Amino acid sequence: MRILLNGAERQLTASRLDEALDALGYKGAVVATAVNGRFVPALRRANTQLYDGDSLEVLAPMQGG
Amino acid sequence: MKVYDVELSSRLLLGTARYPSPKILAAAVRASRAEIVTVSLRREGGDQRAGQTFWSFIGELGVRVLPNTAGCHSVKEAVTTAHMARELFGTTWIKLEVIGEADTLQPDVFGLVEAARILSEDGFEVFPYTTEDLVVAERLLERGCRVLMPWGAPIGSARGLNNLFGLRAMRAHFLDVPLVIDAGLGVPSHATAAMEMGYDAVLLNTAVAEAGDPVRMAEAFALAVEAGQLAHAASPLEPRDMAAPSTPVLGKAIFA
Repeated sequence: MRILLNGAERQLTASRLDEALDALGYKGAVVATAVNGRFVPALRRANTQLYDGDSLEVLAPMQGG
Repeated sequence: MKVYDVELSSRLLLGTARYPSPKILAAAVRASRAEIVTVSLRREGGDQRAGQTFWSFIGELGVRVLPNTAGCHSVKEAVTTAHMARELFGTTWIKLEVIGEADTLQPDVFGLVEAARILSEDGFEVFPYTTEDLVVAERLLERGCRVLMPWGAPIGSARGLNNLFGLRAMRAHFLDVPLVIDAGLGVPSHATAAMEMGYDAVLLNTAVAEAGDPVRMAEAFALAVEAGQLAHAASPLEPRDMAAPSTPVLGKAIFA
């Protein structure tokens, strides 16, 4: 399956969001997620399926004004 | 000052971006005596942990965080970012920015009002980055905001208080609403002027972070804010056009 991770194309075998995050290196990371522009709370990641062509945004805390 | 039922003793809110180093940021936060710092969120790769490092660092500062929706140009972007921020930072506070114009980073006040409505209804406590427009301010309050944050000048411009008349009118019109000048301040005297005018607090970032010595500048702003607040509480004189002798004239010798 091909998805867009933070705007860059990535190949993925896992289709559940929580598993996909682990596979993409985010295991244990403090991040928030959105799929196709919609926020997916951490508690719903295990029930969220990713499909070919989906856009996944993974955001983390950073400095801001 | 009380915002969303939280009592604050510091009247200075400080941004965390653009400092030369984390060490200098930490020292600047301490020097500013700020109790609230603004933070944001951005993309992170799976092999990175910059966000985790920053989040641990902020935790050690022992201050409240106010996440922002900086860089959002639409209601949808701002609302989605706010939801992600609420989960990441564990707070219902959100500094709501919906940018309408790229050169001035002027708020899109139409989008701002709509996003404020959506987020307030969803349990957020919204700190809207707005203009000094009174009608927009009324709409924001109607839609659930309990604090207003008008710009002093465009973000990062260091121009100070661009529209004194408008900001004075806002203060006079919303006597009981916490008002925070957000953005555009360059030097401590700008902060003093805002506080002398009766504003409840100022929020700044670049003026401190990009000063030659951010820690000293943070201290200077802390003192300036305190001076302005004290001056306002002391009921300053109204300006007048003609001189008024300070030395009593009565009893003056006549030598003619």
